[in-house]
Amino acid sequence: MDKYFKDERDVAMRLKYQILRDDFTRAGEASSKIKKVLKQLAIDATVIRRAAIATYEAEINLVIHSEGGTLEVYIKPDCIEIYVEDDGPGIADIELAMTKGFSTASVAVREMGFGAGMGLPNMEKVSDNFVIESEVGVGTNIKMTVRYI
Amino acid sequence: MTLKEIMAFVNGEVIACQEGLDHEVSSAFGSDLMSDVLAYVEENTLLITGLINQQVIRTAEMLDLKAILFVRGKVPCDEVVALANEKEIVLLTTKHTLFTVSGILYKEGLKGLQI
Repeated sequence: MDKYFKDERDVAMRLKYQILRDDFTRAGEASSKIKKVLKQLAIDATVIRRAAIATYEAEINLVIHSEGGTLEVYIKPDCIEIYVEDDGPGIADIELAMTKGFSTASVAVREMGFGAGMGLPNMEKVSDNFVIESEVGVGTNIKMTVRYI
Repeated sequence: MTLKEIMAFVNGEVIACQEGLDHEVSSAFGSDLMSDVLAYVEENTLLITGLINQQVIRTAEMLDLKAILFVRGKVPCDEVVALANEKEIVLLTTKHTLFTVSGILYKEGLKGLQI
């Protein structure tokens, strides 16, 4: 897997949102705003949908699992890059976390329709390139690239 | 199949975005698990669920879904209905269970998704 780094070249537009821990009522607002911008730029609907799923799953993950973090989108001439960074707690076993069905989510989260262990696999599935790095006690960084068709 | 026809088949009521009832859907997906909906559902699909929280609307929004059918007589709160109206997502509700509406709509010609 590639190393996580923010590629600052050829960025046409940057969007950045702070996502708070346990902010269930606002979960999805950032993704909704991102989707609106992508639509205004007349990007292909399939590309937008893939980017929307990626940002939304990431946003839900930040609310459910993290101490809070940021969701950043770089819109480039040939792709959309999504950067997700949080302040912990970090993932001990990334391979296990990437396994469909594995989840550490609470009962409350499962009752909301999430926490089924599908978030990270979904994010990887809709991305053309997926990078995840994590350190326990420090945090998790994810980069997802969605290329235009 | 239009949403208006679906509403008649399941004895449903419309609770948001009434002006969208002429939209057509070609398939349906029944689940209370939004993660699976995000993983498998394509546009022009009717989402059938018993979950009535805000995340159901957000999930539909991300996938460009035009309509959600709530089963088991569930009706979401005003905030959720308002969000659906804002996002132009038709909300229907029926007293039938998920299994029963799936059977009715399948019999009438609505198909499931291949996953």
